Amino acid sequence: MNFTIPKLPLAHGIDVALDWLTLHIAFITKAFSHIISILIDGLVHGLLWLPPWLLIIIVALLAWRAAGWRVAVFSLLGLLLLWDLRLWSATVETFTLVLISTAIAVAIGLPLGIFAALSTRASKVVMPILDFMQTMPAFVYLIPAIPFFGLGAVSASVATVIFATPPTIRLTALGIRQVPGDLIEAADAFGSTRRQKLFKVQLPMAVPTIMAGINQTIMLSLSMVVIAAMIGAGGLGGVVWQAIQRLEPGKGFEAGIAIVILAMILDRVTQRIGRNPSAKAAK
Amino acid sequence: MQKIKVEHLTKVFGPHPEQALRMLDQGVGNADIRKAGHAVGIADVSFDVEEGELLVIMGLSGSGKSTLLRCLNCLNPSSRGSIFIDGEDITRFDHEQLLDLRRRKISMVFQHFALFPHRSVADNAAYGLEVQGVDAAERRQRALEALELVGLKGWEDSRPGQLSGGMQQRVGLARALAVKSDILLMDEAFSALDPLIRRDMQQELASLQRRMKKTIVFITHDLDEALQIGDRIVLMKDGRVVQIGTPEDILNNPANAYVERFVENVDMSRVLTARTVMGRAREVAFPQDGPRTVLHKMTEGSDTSMLVVERDHTLVGTVTLDELGKAVQDGRKSIAELIQHDAPTIAPDTPLTDIINLMATWPYRLPVVDEQRKLLGVVTRPRVINALAQSSANHPADAAPESDERSANA
Repeated sequence: MNFTIPKLPLAHGIDVALDWLTLHIAFITKAFSHIISILIDGLVHGLLWLPPWLLIIIVALLAWRAAGWRVAVFSLLGLLLLWDLRLWSATVETFTLVLISTAIAVAIGLPLGIFAALSTRASKVVMPILDFMQTMPAFVYLIPAIPFFGLGAVSASVATVIFATPPTIRLTALGIRQVPGDLIEAADAFGSTRRQKLFKVQLPMAVPTIMAGINQTIMLSLSMVVIAAMIGAGGLGGVVWQAIQRLEPGKGFEAGIAIVILAMILDRVTQRIGRNPSAKAAK
Repeated sequence: MQKIKVEHLTKVFGPHPEQALRMLDQGVGNADIRKAGHAVGIADVSFDVEEGELLVIMGLSGSGKSTLLRCLNCLNPSSRGSIFIDGEDITRFDHEQLLDLRRRKISMVFQHFALFPHRSVADNAAYGLEVQGVDAAERRQRALEALELVGLKGWEDSRPGQLSGGMQQRVGLARALAVKSDILLMDEAFSALDPLIRRDMQQELASLQRRMKKTIVFITHDLDEALQIGDRIVLMKDGRVVQIGTPEDILNNPANAYVERFVENVDMSRVLTARTVMGRAREVAFPQDGPRTVLHKMTEGSDTSMLVVERDHTLVGTVTLDELGKAVQDGRKSIAELIQHDAPTIAPDTPLTDIINLMATWPYRLPVVDEQRKLLGVVTRPRVINALAQSSANHPADAAPESDERSANA
C-alpha cells in the first residue's frame, strides 16, 4: 500500500540542460562577463579615486536639485556616517552594482514593456514569464550564474537583472495602457502614425508610472546585490555575509544600516524624478 | 456644393460582421441581432453636408451618432456604404491616404476635450501641425493665431490643467482650427460645459462659422443646442435616420411620434427668434411728420410709442406718446427733436429670451432691423406673450405669423 511513483527527473533535466549550455555558450557569456567586469571595476575605481567628501557633496547637491533640501541634508549626514564607519569602499561597490544592474534592467525592460503594451499577444507571453522571474527565490538564480559568468560581481549583476527587471516591464506596459482612450483617439484623429503616437503621447504620459517601475527596480537591485554577496559580489552585502559567518552582530548591523541609508537616498531621489513632470503641470 | 456625401452607411460591431449585415438585410431587429452577439452601430444612413454648412447630428445616447461621426474620419471603419468627401470615397482609402485625410482635411473636437496634459496650451494647439511635420517656428506662429481666434491669447504657455472647462474646450477648438482643415467634426463638444458657458461657446462657434466658412458636423443629444446652432439637423434613433431638416421643419412637421415627443420639451423662448414673433409695423412715422399726425396714427393702433423711419424704411428712432403729447401742448410743428435715436433695436435672429430681458428695461415697441438698419418688423409685448402661449400649445412657429396677418387686415 505504500507504493511510490517514480520521481520526475526535473532536477536532472535542468542540470543536463545547463551543463550543455555551459559547454556550448559559456565562451560568449564569459566574454560578456569580461566586458561587464571591466565596466564595474572601472566605475568602482573611478568613484573611489574621488575623495569621499567630494563625492558626498556631489550626491547631496544632486539630491537637493532632484528632491529638495530635506533629502539633501539626509544624504549628506547619512553618507558622512558611512564614511566614518569605514564602509565607504563597500558602499561604492554596492552602489556601482546597483547602478549597472539597473541600467541593464531598464535597457531591457523599457522596450519589452512598450512591446507588451502595444501588442496583446506579446503581453500574454511576457506576463507569465515575469511572474516566474519574480516568484522564483532569488538565491536560485545565483547557482547557474556562476558557470556562465564566474564567481563575483558579474554573476551577481546578472542574477540581479533577472530579479529586478520585471517591475520596469510591468509598469512601463501599465503606464502606456493607462493613457486615456480619448487622448489616443485625439492622436489618431489628427493623423498620427504609430510611432508619433508612441513618442508624442503614450510615452510622455507614461513617464511617472515608468519612473515608479524604475524606482522599484532599483530597490529590488539593492536587495539582490546584498544576497549576491554569497557568490562573492563584495560590497556591503559582503560585510553582512562576513558578519554572519563570524557571528559579529554589531558589524552586521553597521553594514545593514549602511544599506538602509543607501536605499533611502536612492528611493527618495528617484521617486521625486518620477513625480516632477506632473508637479510642474500642477504649478 | 456638397462637401460630404454619406450613402447607405452601415456599421456593425461583433465577431462576424457579414452575418450581422445579412441579418440586417433580412430585416431582423436590432435587439435580435444583439442576441446573436453583434451590435448595430448605424444602419443605412444617408445624408449630405453642403460646403460651409453646420449640420447637427442629434440623438440620445446609443442612437449611433458618435459611431457615425467616427466613420467620417475612419476612426471607425464602416462595414458597408460609402462616404464621399470632395467626391472621393474615403472608405476605399489606404492607410497613407487616411493619415493625409486626417492631417489636412478633417479635424475633430472632443466631448471631454482630450487635451494632452503634458503639453503646453500652444503645443496642444500645434499638435496637428507637429504630426504633419511643420517646422517649430511656423507651428508656434499658427498655433498662436488659432488660440487668438478662440480668445485665448496670453494663455499659450499654461498647461491645460490650469484652465477652466470652457477654456480647455477653446484649446480643443484651436487645435482643430490650427491645421486649417475644411471640415470640423465636433463630438458633443459643449456637453461637458455648464449651461452659461455652453451658450457662449455656441454663439462663438456661430460667429467663427460665419467668418471661416468651415463645414461642420456637430453631434449633440441636446435638442435646444441642435435647434440653436444647426443649419440642418439629422435626427437619429437606434442607428437610423428619423428625420433630416432645418430646425423649423423639425419643429413644425415632426416626421413621427418619436420626433414629436422630442420637440415637446423644447424651451421655446430659446428657439423662437425675433423673426418668428415679429409682426409687420402697420403704422410708422416719418421724420417730417407733425406731432398731431403721429398722434392720430397712434390712436388708431392704441400704442404708447411709434417707430420713425425714412421713406426707404431705414429706421430713424422711436417717439413716445408722452413726448408727443407735450409737443402738441407746446405747439411744435415737427417731431424731429422728439426722436430717440439710440432706442434699442434687435436683429432677426435675436432669441426670445434676450428680447424678454430687453423688454424689462424698455417698455416700448422693439424694432427688428437688418444690418443696414432697414425696418423688418416690430416686436411688442402682446406678440411675445402670444408666441409663448401658442408654443406651449405645441404649434410654435406658425402661430405668430398667422395672428399677424389677422391683426394687419383688421
